[in-house]
Amino acid sequence: MLTYLANPARFMRWSGPPLVPLAVATALTLAAGLYLALAVAPPDYQQGESVRIMFVHVPAAIMAEGVYYVIAAASFVALVWRHPLAEIAAQAAAPLGAAFTLVCLVTGSLWGRPMWGTWWAWDARMTSVLVLFFLYLGYIALVNAFDDMSRGARAASVLALVGVVDLPIIKFSVDWWNTLHQPASILRAGGPTIDVTMLVPLAVMALGYVLLFVTLQLVRMRTALNVRKARALLLAAPSRRGGATAAGAPPDATPVLR
Amino acid sequence: MTGLTGFQAWAAMGGYAVFVWPAYATALVVLGGAGLFSWARYRASLRDLDRLQREPRER
Amino acid sequence: MGPYRALLRRELLLAFRQGGEIGLALGFFVLAVVLFPLGVGPEPEMLRRIGAGIIWVAALLAAVLSLDRLFAADYADGGLDLLALSAMPLEGAVIAKCAAHWLTTGLPVVAISPFLGILVDLDRASIGRLALGLLLGTPALSLLGAIAAALTLGARRPGVLSSLIVLPLYVPVLIFGAGAVDMGIAGGGVRAHLLLLGAISLAALPLAPLAAAAALRQALD
Repeated sequence: MLTYLANPARFMRWSGPPLVPLAVATALTLAAGLYLALAVAPPDYQQGESVRIMFVHVPAAIMAEGVYYVIAAASFVALVWRHPLAEIAAQAAAPLGAAFTLVCLVTGSLWGRPMWGTWWAWDARMTSVLVLFFLYLGYIALVNAFDDMSRGARAASVLALVGVVDLPIIKFSVDWWNTLHQPASILRAGGPTIDVTMLVPLAVMALGYVLLFVTLQLVRMRTALNVRKARALLLAAPSRRGGATAAGAPPDATPVLR
Repeated sequence: MTGLTGFQAWAAMGGYAVFVWPAYATALVVLGGAGLFSWARYRASLRDLDRLQREPRER
Repeated sequence: MGPYRALLRRELLLAFRQGGEIGLALGFFVLAVVLFPLGVGPEPEMLRRIGAGIIWVAALLAAVLSLDRLFAADYADGGLDLLALSAMPLEGAVIAKCAAHWLTTGLPVVAISPFLGILVDLDRASIGRLALGLLLGTPALSLLGAIAAALTLGARRPGVLSSLIVLPLYVPVLIFGAGAVDMGIAGGGVRAHLLLLGAISLAALPLAPLAAAAALRQALD
């Protein structure tokens, strides 16, 4: 299927119809998830109502890491098979991954404040996510650092692969670091096992986040392809435009972080 | 009246309202913002492409 | 061995002739460490607790600052093209350059670290662990740094960009390096930390040149 969809035109045809259904599914799932999270789920006996933050925080953490793996996989495909859409996919996903990471960090801080008394507790997971946030920033910065965008895309692909190899090592070392400097016992969500009444809202919210990602990913990829096509049209039409506009068009500068 | 106080009780989130609601608001703003932004750019790209594709023929 | 040694020799000669360069990174390293007591106060108790971390962070920053020495000059004057066209595999050239970088940046950092250890009131055993950790970890800094340096060739603001890219990758080295000293102070076992540091450097030795060479090829295309 990957090779089948490699043709940008074909990808555009196939990704068009699912957009609206996906968006609707996303909205419905998130609405259901929010209802379950805010109204149905019971308060935790230790954390009270603040445990509800878990339902926006944990799915964000899952997506933050998951999207990075998606980017790494797409980068691998881009470098090894030169799949034309792989680079576009990776670049489209990066700001989304960074957004999930940001949500994870902020909600994590808000969740931790009533529990541990500080706005930021350097526990292993949050610290790993913080480092991950910088991995995303570095990736996005690298893509946008070159006047020639295709060079930026290829460099970023290498960086994504290096990052994905280092990520488990980073997480391992942060875990290690955390046990070294063990702060007071950290309460985990709902105790060692998550109660099923917590699990269902969590799963629904996670599904909602995934659907949101898929929808936005398709939208962003279609945008990127449109921009490419528009640029090609601009550059290919000097005779009709008298050359002025085409000369003025920037060389393939498709900004990613928009 | 009980409906309103019931709502107030729920909104108070057992005293944790100042943490819970900003958390949900953050998720809404960041993720919703990303969505709106991506969608706006998509629409803009469609408009640009449409305009460019129509122009040569109009000449 | 011929071409590698020749390249290594060339790099070292260049570094020594532009003698200021080695001194620059070293000077920054020392300055960064000196700034901390000025910022947090001179109590020996506290300095001893944070000393290893300070020195390691300063070492990371000094490494990052000196990364542009690796490829930028050759990229600008065409030397990199020649290297790519030569019979020596580009990965080998990267290793030779990293070796030169480490000899002129990492090794001086290791050598001067005992003195800085004194500045933060570390005891003799801790200084030993600090120096050994730096010895084991600084090769990884040079190798990983080479990847970032190669990726940012031709970019706008390559220096800042390399820093942003490479510092997250440095985190494990920092944790195990500073952890070795701190664990020793706390009376725990340090061997695991040092072994892990060595492992990271060893793993980086074949892998980092691969990534860096791929990045160099992209830059030269």
